[in-house]
Amino acid sequence: MISGFILRALEGRIVVTVGILLAVAIIVPALNLLTAPDSALHIPTYAMALMGKYLCYALLALALDLVWGYCGILSLGHGAFFALGGYAMGMYLMRQIGSRGTYGNPDLPDFMVFLNWKELPWFWYGFDMFPFAMLMVLVVPGLLAFVFGWFAFRSRVNGVYLSIITQAMTYALMLAFFRNDMGFGGNNGLTDFKDILGFQVQAGGTRAVLFAMSAIMLALCLIVASAITRSKFGKVLVGVRDAESRVRFLGFRVENIKLFTFVVSAMFAGIAGALFVPQVGIINPGEFAPANSIEVVVWTAVGGRGTLIGPIIGAILVNAGKSYFTGAFPEFWLFALGGLFIAVTLFLPKGIVGTIQHGWNARKAMKAAADAEKGRNAGAAPVTQQAQAAE
Amino acid sequence: MLIRFITLIFLVLASAATSFAQGSDPKPLFDQLADANFNQAETLVGQIAATGDPRVVPALNAFSEGDLYFRKSDKAVFSAKSAGSQLELIDPVTGESAGQVAKGAVTKIKVNNNLRRAIRAALGGLTLMSPDRGARLSAADAILRSPSAEALELVEAALAKETDGEVKARMEEARAVSLLSSDRSIDEKRAAIETISGLGASGLGVLNSVSSSIDPSLKPDLDKAIASIQNAQQLWNLAQNVWYGMSLGSVLLLAAIGLAITFGVMGIINMAHGEMVMLGAYSTFMVQEVIRENAPSLFDWSLAIALPVAFLVTGLVGFVIERGVIRFLYGRPLETLLATWGVSLILQQAIRTIFGPTNQEVGNPSWMSGSFPLGGMTITYNRMWIIVFSLTIFFALLFVMKKTAYGLNMRAVTQNRRMASSMGIRTPWVDALTFALGSGIAGIAGVALSQIDNVSPNLGQSYIIDSFMVVVFGGVGNLWGTLVGALSLGILNKFLEPSVGAVLGKILVLVLIILFIQKRPRGLFALKGRAVEA
Repeated sequence: MISGFILRALEGRIVVTVGILLAVAIIVPALNLLTAPDSALHIPTYAMALMGKYLCYALLALALDLVWGYCGILSLGHGAFFALGGYAMGMYLMRQIGSRGTYGNPDLPDFMVFLNWKELPWFWYGFDMFPFAMLMVLVVPGLLAFVFGWFAFRSRVNGVYLSIITQAMTYALMLAFFRNDMGFGGNNGLTDFKDILGFQVQAGGTRAVLFAMSAIMLALCLIVASAITRSKFGKVLVGVRDAESRVRFLGFRVENIKLFTFVVSAMFAGIAGALFVPQVGIINPGEFAPANSIEVVVWTAVGGRGTLIGPIIGAILVNAGKSYFTGAFPEFWLFALGGLFIAVTLFLPKGIVGTIQHGWNARKAMKAAADAEKGRNAGAAPVTQQAQAAE
Repeated sequence: MLIRFITLIFLVLASAATSFAQGSDPKPLFDQLADANFNQAETLVGQIAATGDPRVVPALNAFSEGDLYFRKSDKAVFSAKSAGSQLELIDPVTGESAGQVAKGAVTKIKVNNNLRRAIRAALGGLTLMSPDRGARLSAADAILRSPSAEALELVEAALAKETDGEVKARMEEARAVSLLSSDRSIDEKRAAIETISGLGASGLGVLNSVSSSIDPSLKPDLDKAIASIQNAQQLWNLAQNVWYGMSLGSVLLLAAIGLAITFGVMGIINMAHGEMVMLGAYSTFMVQEVIRENAPSLFDWSLAIALPVAFLVTGLVGFVIERGVIRFLYGRPLETLLATWGVSLILQQAIRTIFGPTNQEVGNPSWMSGSFPLGGMTITYNRMWIIVFSLTIFFALLFVMKKTAYGLNMRAVTQNRRMASSMGIRTPWVDALTFALGSGIAGIAGVALSQIDNVSPNLGQSYIIDSFMVVVFGGVGNLWGTLVGALSLGILNKFLEPSVGAVLGKILVLVLIILFIQKRPRGLFALKGRAVEA
């Protein structure tokens, strides 16, 4: 049954994307490590780190697509789940510093010594163990999403209201994490990481592995997301998006469906954050900023929501554009980004992938209709219906 | 009749007393200081002061500074200041110079802290008689601050002569605080405690300082007075907190009120709202720049001039945004969020490119600066005007919405677009004007907020989330909800602040809003009817 669940996920486009991601996971680190620095094929470490960052963002966008594109929940707080996953990883990395910090305290991270804390707060216990930290990367965002969603979906907060309270959530978390006495390093956040699982964070090999992990995790999450959306559950999910009341009247527990999706999505975001932190080398409360979460929405919208692949493309394209513009024309980046927001909502409401897909479907439908006219194909009608449903 | 008679007697007695005191010459009293020990000197100082002769003030000042000497030859007392190697002697009463002598020819009259205190009290008493009303007032204040039994008689003498109501009241208080440490009767002290209990914080200090030394029979009265002062202080603290809360609430109201139209009434998630506020603030800056260069005398009017300018500028920008972007997105609220966020980024960057990323200097007109006391709290003018201003805007907007034909059209279009259209209302035109109105009001808010906040390209960002919270909390589509929402969030915030700190208070408010939305998903004042479910 599980294998059927997975196999169903592997529709053509997904297979291709997963294939590309796995190839990237092998080729890019190989080109970085095995080629000479002056070779034409060499990928410099900074470029690989940059691409690794894009892949983490792509995973975050994929997480958002699951709730927004398939369930109709526009979350303006996904950055919070991302940051929480990042903090969980950051806490593990901080504990790994051990006595190599500036103050040489074997247990307390530097900022706690600086704030005159005498012992480790309870919520830092266990973060010196990698498996526990990795569990927390999933549990903390998942738990927050569960509690938040439990209340919100049960009392049927939806649409604009939901978006705004998710924004309030990430804003409140940002303010909280900026406080020094929260025990998460205040506005400096967590940084100065030394090693992960005994390997130096800054070393080329570690970076290559982290990059490969990002690509592989993205591929894995893509398969899971695809499996969810292509299952029977996924059909109900789309039903919730398009006609929530009707699904409820048919006897489905809409709030549970939403809650499950929201929690899975938050865990994806947490994974993205956890992979992001060792590659970037810092996590600070700025990641909770509401503007970041809105930016994720834009990546998803640009790529095409409800397509799974679109958000990945969108996140990579927009961030590559950001890297280019902020380097070449720093003044114009915000103009370009703002213009992109407007242009996409006005002219590409389905996003890049959605628009291509729509054109494709329309052509197929026309072809099918033409075939049906010739009396050779009776299956034309369902295809047309599908095309309409996609609108 | 009886009262008038008593008053007359009182006046006669009083004038007799003062004339007697003023009749005696202070000069011999000064001369007696030469042989006096500290205790005698203290008495003499009291007697000198009792003459009520204002001319002795400089000499007494000199005494407390240690600049009073007596001549060895005849024991005549002078105040002195050094003139080269010699001392110049000054007559203590007339203030005339009495020639220069060698330092060896005179002896300093010693002064200790007790004596200094007595001198200060005496001086306070002397200025109590001063013909200058301000001097009398500050003398009474001085006694209030450092009460002493010595000052009591002086205050009473001055009180008898005093005619000015305010000064008299202040002297009554000064008399009460002095009386407590004197050896007057219990009943008089009881009355004094009564008076002091009306004094607030300064009275509390006096009562606490005497509480250990006072007659045990007065203890209950004293404790009662202390408790009543503390109660009053708590009430004033409460009032102050409410005031701060209203002040914050009015800022929230200002920021949210334009959004109540674009988001609340029109259903557009207008992320560019904060930037409209910012544009309003920059309009104020521009207006002030022009005024500074061309007509500095008009500076006090700069805000009045900036109001229509900001309204027109932001209204026009809003109009362009509505016609250019938003009109294609009606019915897709979540996408208006993206598009307007894009608009906000562009506006921010445009302002940053034109004016630079730094804060711009926006001045306060004179009537916006300063403060005045009200009972136990201080009220600053700018906060007060902002409260007045935000309420004015609110009610003006309410009037436009409820009482004008345009407002009627607007409500008709938002309630049922098709029906309104078939009734002959030009819905696109109404949409554009409504959005322009909402933006214009945000611009006006920017004028006010420029007075209390930094005018920088990021100004809008700091208000956008709060504004949404207010509108959602109050109930979308309801202006009264916005008013109640803004004020209650403001007051709640200020009441949480003292106990948990500003940041945690804000976090708590956000969490409370999130929980509140669970309970009432449509806000405080939800619109009723079938349209809501659409």
